[in-house]
Amino acid sequence: MSAAATLKAWVGAALAAPVVWLASAVNVPLKSWQRATGTGGMAAFFLAPNMAIFGIFVLVPLVINFFYSATSGTAYFLQDRSYVGLEQYQRLLDCSNYLDTATCREDLFWKAVHNTGLFVVVQVALMTVVSVVTALILNREIAGRSFWRAVFFFPVLLSPVVTGLIWRWILQRQGLLNLIVHDMGGEPYNWLTDRFWAFTAAVSVSVWAHMGFYTLILLAGLQAIPRDLYEAAEMDGTRPARVFWRITLPLLMPNLLVVIVLALIRAVQIFDEVYVLTGGGPGTSNLYLTQYIYEIGFASLLRNPGLASAASILMGLVLVVLTLLQLQVGRRGERKGARQ
Amino acid sequence: MTGVATFLTRRRGGRGWHWTDVVSWLWLIGGLVIMFGPAVWLVGSSFKTPAQLAEFPPTILPYVGQQTSVEGHDKPLTLYRVKLPDGSTKIMAEIRRIGIVAQMVDPKAPKDIVKINIADRQPVREIGFETGNYTEPFVHFDFLRYLRNSVFVTAMATLITLLTNSMAAFALSKYKFRGRDFTMLLIVGTLMVPLSVILVPLYSVVSAVGLLDSLWGVILPTVATPTGVFLLRQYMLTIPDELLDAARMDNASEWQIYWRIVLPLAAPALAVLAIFSVVWRWNDFLWPLVVLSRKELYTLQVGLNTYAGQLNVQWHFILAMTVVTMIPVVLVFVFLQRYITSGIAGTGLK
Amino acid sequence: MIRTRTLLAAISVSLLASTSAFAGDVRIMWYSDGVEGDVIQDLLNRFMKDNPDIHVTLDNVAYKVIQEQLPIQLEAGQGPDIARVTNIKELAQHWLDLRPLVADPKYWDDNFGDTLDWMRPDGSKAITGFMTQLTLTGGFANKTLFEQAGVALPGDKATWDDWINAAAEVAKSQQLPAAFAIDRSGHRISGANVSYGANYIGADGKPAKVDDGTKAFVTKLVDWTAEGLMLKDTWVSAAGSTYRAATDDFINAQIPFYYSGSWQVANLSTKIGDSFDWVATGSPCGTAGCSGVKGGAALVAIKYTKNPKDVAKVMDYLASEAIVKEFSERTLFLPAHKGVVAKGGLKWGSADKNVGPALDRFVKAAGETLPAADALPPWKWANAYYAALVTRVSQVMAGELTLDEAWGKIDQDIADKVAEGK
Repeated sequence: MSAAATLKAWVGAALAAPVVWLASAVNVPLKSWQRATGTGGMAAFFLAPNMAIFGIFVLVPLVINFFYSATSGTAYFLQDRSYVGLEQYQRLLDCSNYLDTATCREDLFWKAVHNTGLFVVVQVALMTVVSVVTALILNREIAGRSFWRAVFFFPVLLSPVVTGLIWRWILQRQGLLNLIVHDMGGEPYNWLTDRFWAFTAAVSVSVWAHMGFYTLILLAGLQAIPRDLYEAAEMDGTRPARVFWRITLPLLMPNLLVVIVLALIRAVQIFDEVYVLTGGGPGTSNLYLTQYIYEIGFASLLRNPGLASAASILMGLVLVVLTLLQLQVGRRGERKGARQ
Repeated sequence: MTGVATFLTRRRGGRGWHWTDVVSWLWLIGGLVIMFGPAVWLVGSSFKTPAQLAEFPPTILPYVGQQTSVEGHDKPLTLYRVKLPDGSTKIMAEIRRIGIVAQMVDPKAPKDIVKINIADRQPVREIGFETGNYTEPFVHFDFLRYLRNSVFVTAMATLITLLTNSMAAFALSKYKFRGRDFTMLLIVGTLMVPLSVILVPLYSVVSAVGLLDSLWGVILPTVATPTGVFLLRQYMLTIPDELLDAARMDNASEWQIYWRIVLPLAAPALAVLAIFSVVWRWNDFLWPLVVLSRKELYTLQVGLNTYAGQLNVQWHFILAMTVVTMIPVVLVFVFLQRYITSGIAGTGLK
Repeated sequence: MIRTRTLLAAISVSLLASTSAFAGDVRIMWYSDGVEGDVIQDLLNRFMKDNPDIHVTLDNVAYKVIQEQLPIQLEAGQGPDIARVTNIKELAQHWLDLRPLVADPKYWDDNFGDTLDWMRPDGSKAITGFMTQLTLTGGFANKTLFEQAGVALPGDKATWDDWINAAAEVAKSQQLPAAFAIDRSGHRISGANVSYGANYIGADGKPAKVDDGTKAFVTKLVDWTAEGLMLKDTWVSAAGSTYRAATDDFINAQIPFYYSGSWQVANLSTKIGDSFDWVATGSPCGTAGCSGVKGGAALVAIKYTKNPKDVAKVMDYLASEAIVKEFSERTLFLPAHKGVVAKGGLKWGSADKNVGPALDRFVKAAGETLPAADALPPWKWANAYYAALVTRVSQVMAGELTLDEAWGKIDQDIADKVAEGK
């Protein structure tokens, strides 16, 4: 048996043992429960464990978060905090000109909003282009395709902290990039202290870390495109560019939309890897919303949990809208897929 | 041989090298360098000494300084390649350095001390691995214990995730009941709430249920993953209801249907979720850091963090331990990447 | 079946493990910058040998944990029994009063009297702990670089301008990326601000608005950064109040002058080794004096402990004269213990010829601090002031704010913090 097969068998056995045991033990009482309550009761039974955990550890904190946002003070326990109504929201939204962060009461929040907006646009665009190009290339008849696919997927599995650390280690003044610059006779440069380059680095590193995931989704879409369509196009002598715009892209659209929306949602939440990479600097030019919330609610010496909760709820609203958009897109894709 | 050659250069239509072939291969090879290069650099750096890490320009490979014992000196002396005033170079050992002048001696003639400007000497070094970066943390910090905690958290969290998520997904995909759509919406709505946003309220909840400073406090909040429920439900929707009805005719209980029919059929999706759960839980950092304060309970990622002090960061340990924490992920990658890639392609979109 | 049983056993064991605190258990949350973690473990092992009924566990954590997680644990009435903390005034309501518990309160008052106010609420007479190390901000110069450039080291009464000009000359002749660097921290620049006449504390004890002294030095600092004299990385490459040290650049001989503090001595000694000679310079002068700011880390007992008596025993042991002396000698930290300081004759545990004079220079500089600087460590709002300074000044350096905007934002950040903290 190959190593992979052994491992697979081992993992399989380890995963199966408790399930098998539970299954046989649980079946007897469950049968009587099923007789008593019918399938509706069974639905409740199947949902219960997940929803209990979900309720306690996700929903309750979310609800508490709303209460937090209506209180002020530095205390972390609700009973020690004083009610202020919508004051935190007013504070966040108090701005005489939303385009000029310096005129805002909470200028750092708006700075984070602006930065996140810019980041989302640039990163999603770059991510989409890079993933599409990579998927197109991987879809060709190249030698060792699964190897190349693996190459691009590898960083997806690294922890964001590791990703950020590795790249900081490369981009810092005494890092690998400057060694290359130095060896080519250039002057070492302080990449992460320059606003433009630090932003570029943040975008590139996040593309580096996640593009493999999106490439796979797109690759699956490409492989589902019927081959005879291409053959027909080739027989008609259609130019490759035209084939791409007329056949590949329209048929790839459902997958592409999913990729774009997923990338959007992830980009809005950008935090860990950029935080480790740049710390949010230079100045505040890589300060994004999640970091703002984390710092103001938790890490900063100027912490203010109420304000952080209010900011997180505003961000949550944006995310919910995007998520619903994704579902809509997914459903459309499904319908399209069904029609084919 | 020609077979291999055509295999390696297989390309568009076989009409010679089209420009797209060139672009493709440049892209692939560039990708190889950019994707793997950083990790390789990290591994190389993790074998360097603290002094070498602080050096510019950095060397590609780790080096150690060469030392030799010289007659009349108790401690071994460091060797330098010295440019002598007459223009010749010679390998000499340094006795001591005062300001910008170093007192050097030829190991073969230990009596004659030469004074050299420090700008005229270069340390003699050879490739060498500072394995202390790896062994020290295992001795001084309870690294094996951290490892055990990480394995426990990862394994338990993955098992519970698979069980609870698949049960919920089964109910949400195969039953019609009141509130189903609402439940689904609730789960999907939180699909994208990042942990850092609910960190503080979650902390107070975990504290209230008494799970602070225990590994279960790390495990439980992470297991009800909306992603998992969503992924499994979408997959289970593709399992035909007729199969289930046939089993019901054969008098199978709902539970038996779940674990005899639906679970095995959902195996590809379960495998994907299992792999991702392992990777997520193994890589979790912020939440364990918040929950755990006793070092017996630290996971690897949190233990890694103890090398960062207020004023100094022990980079040589951090780099080495980062490599260690990466190993399981790399193993998962090497052995299971086929399942991951086909799994994402097969289930991520359905 | 066997696998299942072990699984269940594992579950119950770990559930049990979450109920801690047996009698005689004392947990210390500790962070390290150098070797002090090993030293304290060694001292504690000795203690446990003599007191077999007390079991002390040392949790080595990252400094970030102390800064970010500990305050929240304390708010929840949780936490270790003893902790090594730098944020000692702000969290003072969580510390345990050891006065009724220690063997000899007079010993504590006599030897740690000066710093007790740093770690107790205003007006309290409590003994909550002691400083494991006293620190003082101050400069370091790369003597070898100065020699190679043929520039004389500025003397004792040299001003900030003198130092920066001299360092700039060195940097130019030796082709270095910058002349000097200061750690990214409000605490670090406060000594210089005070030297230019700043006073953060208003008449009512609340934070005062940014005054001319602060403006004078910060303006200089921003100019120096713009001219490329100050190393840009340290301040610019982070947002918020994140701490960044420039130590590695000094160690690499990238900068001839580095302003940090006494705690760096051990670190510099081990990392620089034989590469070059360095000296501690004390704090350069401003118009009002040549002040640094004192500070340090304290070991404090925490109110929520279940074993206060054992905690007091551990604290008594660690604060005893012999142990403080040994700890200081081995870690190269300046002791806060009056008796130890008065007796002198500390045998610094280092063979490095640069270490002794550097530590002596810091001891001397400790006598030159100004009253406005000495008032900062026991002041509740000092950290808020530092944080606001760092956040805004680094934005100015990055070109996002003008200085005038920054003054307004600093005042507002601090006012918000004061309003929240009521």
